[in-house]
Amino acid sequence: MVIKVKDLPEEEYILPGTRMCSGCGLQIAYRWALKALGPNTIVCNPASCSTVTGGVGGYTPIKVPVMYNCFETVAAHASGVSAALAAKKKDKEIVVVAWAGDGGTYDIGIQGLSGAAERRSNFIYVCYNNQAYMNTGIQRSSATPFGAKTTTTPIIGKAQVNKNMFKIMRAHGLSYIATCATGYPQDLFEKFKKAREFNGKGVRYIEILSSCPPGWGHKVNESVEVTKKAVESGYWPLMEVIEGKLVISNPSKKYIDKSKRKDVRKYLKMQSRFKHFTEDDFKVWEEYIDDLWKELGWELEKQGDL
Amino acid sequence: MTHTEEDIKFEQRVSRSILSSRQTAAIGEAGKTGTWRTMKPILHDEKCIVVKSGKPSCFLCWMFCPEISVSRTIPPVFDYDYCKGCGVCANECPTQAIEMIPEKENPSCESNEGGK
Repeated sequence: MVIKVKDLPEEEYILPGTRMCSGCGLQIAYRWALKALGPNTIVCNPASCSTVTGGVGGYTPIKVPVMYNCFETVAAHASGVSAALAAKKKDKEIVVVAWAGDGGTYDIGIQGLSGAAERRSNFIYVCYNNQAYMNTGIQRSSATPFGAKTTTTPIIGKAQVNKNMFKIMRAHGLSYIATCATGYPQDLFEKFKKAREFNGKGVRYIEILSSCPPGWGHKVNESVEVTKKAVESGYWPLMEVIEGKLVISNPSKKYIDKSKRKDVRKYLKMQSRFKHFTEDDFKVWEEYIDDLWKELGWELEKQGDL
Repeated sequence: MTHTEEDIKFEQRVSRSILSSRQTAAIGEAGKTGTWRTMKPILHDEKCIVVKSGKPSCFLCWMFCPEISVSRTIPPVFDYDYCKGCGVCANECPTQAIEMIPEKENPSCESNEGGK
């Protein structure tokens, strides 16, 4: 049962008038994540677009405490904060969130994250994935998908397929892993509520597909629509792993059936980073999606859920 | 040059506000972001689901607004001081009740096409 829009809480933890770009997907994700977690939250933040959001000088638009740290240390930093809270016996009521971008998770922060996951440190790790280093000027990261043009892959686009962080985190045996998209705030809200309930059970990993109008090259008003298209085409399945068991979330459930999946070309043609695509490039994407769902299908079958 | 007591007090105040790690949460941290806008959203009441039914039901504009500039009231009201004019609300409205019109009052945008 999906929560209704009118039942969502009214209290805001990000105030209007922020420094983010117009139509930023991160702001939707950040807003709904904080709404789900509530006021007793401490956010740890490495270098990313969300650091810029924190503001300069004496003012900030974010109502919960945010601590800034180095790019590679966000998971180590959050481990420390949660250990300190545990020592003060406040770890039940206060939740620690590490809020990093895809560069801080896939590339630079992966050693810290892997270490914290293995140590079973108690915090929620959020990776908002906009598929490149957007804050520093759209450089390629290992989350950038095949063929995407960035400022460091300017002519033919990226030649490699992106890393599968979901699988990497699954291999750590975490208690809760989920994927979200900014096009589905209700789904995102419920997943953060659930992650909070797993308090005391190690790292909970949540990945959010977050659109970026300047980086992806779509129209500003299509910021929400583009991530919806990503889910509808099957490229970004919304799913969660609860204590090792794979569950496909409601918005993505019908796309297990291949015939229900929409053409991925619609998603790709909205964005100027894929403007140069030929028929061969589209085929790589279609194969990628087919392989992704084949693997998920096998697993669901093994669990007896299909 | 000697520092008077007032100078020292002033420096302390500045250092407290700028160098201290504590920031105050405030609306409009980046100024009035409404001045960034080239297109302005306006609501057509006769098409809006919430206004027509008079009950709190749809509110997709409120849910999707990145800038938290749409209120969850009947009818939904835009906060033009901070709305950046991205147009996500107009794009997501199921009944096309929100229309984006060129912002003429904005001095940085004099053409009728909204800054093009």
